[in-house]
Amino acid sequence: MLDYITSYFKSELTPGSAGNMFWAFVYIVLIFLGLSVAVIAMNWLERKILAHMQVRLGPMRVGPHGLLQPIADALKLLIKEDIMPAEADPWVFWVAPLIVVITAFTVFIVVPFGPTHAVTDMNIGILFMLGVSSLSVLGVVMAGWASNSHYPLMGALRSSAQMVSYEIAMGLAVVSAVLMTSLNKEGIGTLSMIGIVQAQQAQQVWFAFKFFPLGLIAFFIFAVAMVAETNRAPFDLPEAESELTAGFHTEYSGFRWSLFFLAEYSAMIAVSSIAVTLWLGGWMRPFPNALSGETWDLVFSLVPGLAFLFLAAMTFYNTARMPKHPYFKVQTIGLGGFGAVLALIGIILFLPAVRDRIQDIFWFSAKVALSMYMYIWYRGTFPRYRFDQLMKVGWKVLLPLGIGVLVLTAVAGILF
Amino acid sequence: MAPVATTFFFYFLSALTVLSGVLVITRKNAVHSALALIVSLLGQAALYLMLYAPFVAGVQIILYAGGIMVLFLFVIMLVNIEKSQKEDQFNKQWLVGLAAAIALGVLFVLVYVKGRALFPDRAIQMPETSNTQQVAVLLYGNYMFTFEIASLLLLVAIIGAVVMAKKRI
Amino acid sequence: MAPISTIHYLVVAAALFILGVIGVLTRRNVVIVLMSIELILNAVNLNLVAFSRIWGLHGQIFAIFVITDAAAEAAVGLGILIAFFRNKETVNIDEVDLMKW
Repeated sequence: MLDYITSYFKSELTPGSAGNMFWAFVYIVLIFLGLSVAVIAMNWLERKILAHMQVRLGPMRVGPHGLLQPIADALKLLIKEDIMPAEADPWVFWVAPLIVVITAFTVFIVVPFGPTHAVTDMNIGILFMLGVSSLSVLGVVMAGWASNSHYPLMGALRSSAQMVSYEIAMGLAVVSAVLMTSLNKEGIGTLSMIGIVQAQQAQQVWFAFKFFPLGLIAFFIFAVAMVAETNRAPFDLPEAESELTAGFHTEYSGFRWSLFFLAEYSAMIAVSSIAVTLWLGGWMRPFPNALSGETWDLVFSLVPGLAFLFLAAMTFYNTARMPKHPYFKVQTIGLGGFGAVLALIGIILFLPAVRDRIQDIFWFSAKVALSMYMYIWYRGTFPRYRFDQLMKVGWKVLLPLGIGVLVLTAVAGILF
Repeated sequence: MAPVATTFFFYFLSALTVLSGVLVITRKNAVHSALALIVSLLGQAALYLMLYAPFVAGVQIILYAGGIMVLFLFVIMLVNIEKSQKEDQFNKQWLVGLAAAIALGVLFVLVYVKGRALFPDRAIQMPETSNTQQVAVLLYGNYMFTFEIASLLLLVAIIGAVVMAKKRI
Repeated sequence: MAPISTIHYLVVAAALFILGVIGVLTRRNVVIVLMSIELILNAVNLNLVAFSRIWGLHGQIFAIFVITDAAAEAAVGLGILIAFFRNKETVNIDEVDLMKW
């Protein structure tokens, strides 16, 4: 038994490829926990960042600087009454949030946090991710239909039409990136996520910067399509409150609504992972070839620790700025404690043993976090698209652009 | 790499697929039938994975479960009228249909029992890690013409569906 | 239990085929008839992929083409259904008898 567990350390494969069920299970639990923490953090970050962009403060009361706000929200949702509309179809009503959540979480099986840090490495990795995230459209359609009320039905039809339209643009952008993986000596490309990042490593360029500007345009197409695919601003007409009273999840309350919410943020992280893996070099640190060598490796390996220490410094600064009033004592101590935890994590990340192992996961997570910040930035900046403008952009702008980029990438691949 | 617990997963997945198929043809509500068909299709994708065909499984999930079933659900929502759920679900010839299906089943049993000697039971070595590449070599090599015809067929289908569903041509 | 061989998959495909045939021959709702046709096509696909394990990848290529054709046929069939539904407000195929003598 112990041999089974320790034999995995010698293999250079992901647990799924090595057939090691125990470690695959451990990785699945880790990803599940990491996703939950990420969704909670996204909730807080979205409210605070949007607030600061709109020159206000956001939640400040529930914990120091609103840090406990997501937990309060989760508790509130859990204890809310679970209402089902009278004429709703009970089976379909119950199954719709399940489908959305299951598809949103299943895609993380193939997401590569490192060369061996994925649950498994399927031969059809990127195809699997696109396919399973297209299954979430079914959950949306069923949620709208089962609610037996016209706002959810219209919201579901609009939302699913939008998701299906932008899937095509996403697919074309993905195909042009996969085409770039085949520009090696044997002329054989790969669909596996780890293979795509290794192709970028072998060709010594992030695919976003390959065949300038083709890689960049493909990345741009995917970036726009992924925002539309996850129904986020500026493409969030189907769930905008002033238009459709929350769209397809209007009639869902309490825990069922929190499942939709969880699935939305997980889907955002999933498509961001696709974008990072295909175009931004996955787990590779910036400038792996331009700035190579022992010293540069050391400098870049210090970045995780420095990042957390910087966050700890900001927290301590804000602790010092807390109002000096007895009512704020608990919050000040709480914020100081949070800062101390961040500093501790930063110091742990300086230790050489941890430093070498955490590199891949840190750079991948940092790039996904950057993508999440862009999502929030879009929400705070752009006005909402009207539905016909949305469909026009999807079919008449992104689709021809995607086909053009694909053809030009193929031509460039043959010529150069 | 040998798959884990092949027997258990095969029986579980086939039971899931066939049971969902039974649900497809017996439900009154068309949306329930569509849901059962989605489960059946996903079970079949898993069966393809067990047969070392990951690319076909991926295509099945994207096209069938994620494309065709969305189309079906849209149309069901458009034409779903309460009246259709209250009238008889099986038509006047259900007995004849059932008899024909049983005859077909008997035919299948005969064919499988007598023809078993025709195909070998061994499996060829198909490495899982390059299935897509091998499919691509065949598809764009031997079957290039068929590929182009399939794209023409899809174009015709798009135009046909748009023309059929328009209000005024 | 015998090890899982090709014949096991063929039996599953036959069962799905028979279920699809029963659905096509006995149901009244046009949408469910179309879904039973999809079941039939799926049974054929399972057969093809099961044999492709013995005899090479050609079965999988054929299966991909069958899936493509099924998509095209489902789209056109549902278009016809919508056109018919617009004329006569029913999805009952027993009432598709405008051209009966």
